[in-house]
Amino acid sequence: MSDFLNYLSSNVTPGQAGAYLWVTIYILIIFAVASVAVMAMTWLERKILAHMQVRLGPMRVGPHGLLQPIADAVKLLIKEDIIPEGADKLVFWMAPVVVVITAFTTYIVIPFGPTHAVTDMNIGILFMLGVASLGTLGIIMAGWASNSHYPLLGSLRSSAQMVSYEVAMGMAVVSAVLMTSLTGAGAYGIGATAATSLGTLSMIGIVEAQMNQHVWFIFKFFPLGFAAFGIFAIAMVAETNRAPFDLPEAESELTAGFHTEYSGFRWSLFFMAEYAAMIAVASIAVTLWLGGWLRPFPHWLSGDPWGTAFSFFPALTFFVLAGMSFRATIRMPKHPYFKIQKTGLGIFGLVLGAIGLVLLVPPVRDRIQDIYWFTIKVAAFMYLYIWYRGTFPRYRFDQLMKLGWKFMIPAGIGVLILTALVGVL
Amino acid sequence: MNPVATPFFFYALAAVAVLSAIAVIMRRNPVHSAIALIFTLLSLAGLYLMLYAPFVAGVQIILYVGGIVVLFLFVIMLINIDRMEREYQFNKQWLVGLLAAAVLGTLFVAVYVKGQAIFPQHAVRFPEQLNTQQVGKMLYVDYLLPFEIASLLLLVAIVGAVVMAKKRI
Repeated sequence: MSDFLNYLSSNVTPGQAGAYLWVTIYILIIFAVASVAVMAMTWLERKILAHMQVRLGPMRVGPHGLLQPIADAVKLLIKEDIIPEGADKLVFWMAPVVVVITAFTTYIVIPFGPTHAVTDMNIGILFMLGVASLGTLGIIMAGWASNSHYPLLGSLRSSAQMVSYEVAMGMAVVSAVLMTSLTGAGAYGIGATAATSLGTLSMIGIVEAQMNQHVWFIFKFFPLGFAAFGIFAIAMVAETNRAPFDLPEAESELTAGFHTEYSGFRWSLFFMAEYAAMIAVASIAVTLWLGGWLRPFPHWLSGDPWGTAFSFFPALTFFVLAGMSFRATIRMPKHPYFKIQKTGLGIFGLVLGAIGLVLLVPPVRDRIQDIYWFTIKVAAFMYLYIWYRGTFPRYRFDQLMKLGWKFMIPAGIGVLILTALVGVL
Repeated sequence: MNPVATPFFFYALAAVAVLSAIAVIMRRNPVHSAIALIFTLLSLAGLYLMLYAPFVAGVQIILYVGGIVVLFLFVIMLINIDRMEREYQFNKQWLVGLLAAAVLGTLFVAVYVKGQAIFPQHAVRFPEQLNTQQVGKMLYVDYLLPFEIASLLLLVAIVGAVVMAKKRI
């Protein structure tokens, strides 16, 4: 038991400390939070898309549709599980399993804080890219095993797209990894120290390199960091088959593409894996370019008044959310039909406010900082994903591949070469 | 961190690798063969990890499993499998195959008996954290010419594929 509590006083991730029970606890927490985040994403996507299209979205199931994810989950669980005739049963079963496992395995190395990761591999970013590329295999298997031409075409297109944009992602990632060791303290340094540090592939190491160099990599070697970030941001949308690159799963084109023949729980596995992969690649972008768990201006606005001011942000976020719930409660129609919804929403607002109050307590405030800033940045990316879906028309497949091979990859290579040049000068 | 249960992991990974490799050549359905190849390559990545080479393991997963097997599966899906599955598989070269396997087996035995110096307990082990840096240094400093020749070879292959696939040049 004392061994078990010993870990709390160390300052490494549980994987590095060899504390297996803590590793299991972290994995369970991350899995639970990721599943809840996926469910919240389904509600958020429908509401935000609806508001962008000047309509309301789900309003009936709970107050403002807040219980819609639960209704969706129940519906998917009780649906009949259909396996198409002539489908290869083993591969048909294995495909969603592969996609979900690879999507969730990437969460092992995501750094929510300097010690808040399951483990810190010294090939962290390589591991994440590799496991993300394994997801492509699941999609190919899904399309082939369905024994039907729409899924086959959809999976071929989807995996071709994913493989193409993986190359562009890799170029952008390599240029960010280059920046961990090149300080460019000559003409281009932004407050950089003159000493060069050893480059690292570990996720926590990359954020610490940003911390030591006093600059987020998106602003480093301006505009090269920004260009690399832009290439990654576009490639990651294509990698996860999201709009505007979602031709393989668009309803009007291919009747839902590679997951056409999947129903009920199997389809919900694909769905979950897509959102989990979105969160994972957004975490890569946040870690590599946006400073991971670092709060804005940790060095420029350092010291006590700024530190405590920034530490109130988590509680402030929850108070704003609680305020929005209370406002919606007050604005509910004054009809007895809405009484349950009104009380439900009021209780929801009270719960959010209570969480905000808990986050005001000083010890909690100190420990929640890293996780909060990381989560807020990833949430901003999720909002961007939904914004892209509501704004951009779909790319045709040949336009998509032309963009990937003829623009993204040369741009990525160019950014890489220029970063290396500028860093060494 | 100290390694735990090394013999168990080695035997498990080796068994998966060998059994999957046998499944690659024995399954009638080519997609099943490709999936068995995935398992073989993944267990090889695990064996690289056990040899304290994490970078090689990661690159094995990205390139081999995430790239090469994906391309295998593309080609497999574009051909007509049903006819192939019903065809009678025959092999008239079993004598030559037996000879080749016997020679290879003798080679393995000879290496094991005479060449103990290449095995891990006698080999120099580089620190695990520097695996990436070591590989990078060797590629770009010690073996730069072979690296450039290999990349030229890949360029020739790409140009050849594009020339063969284009309708009009």
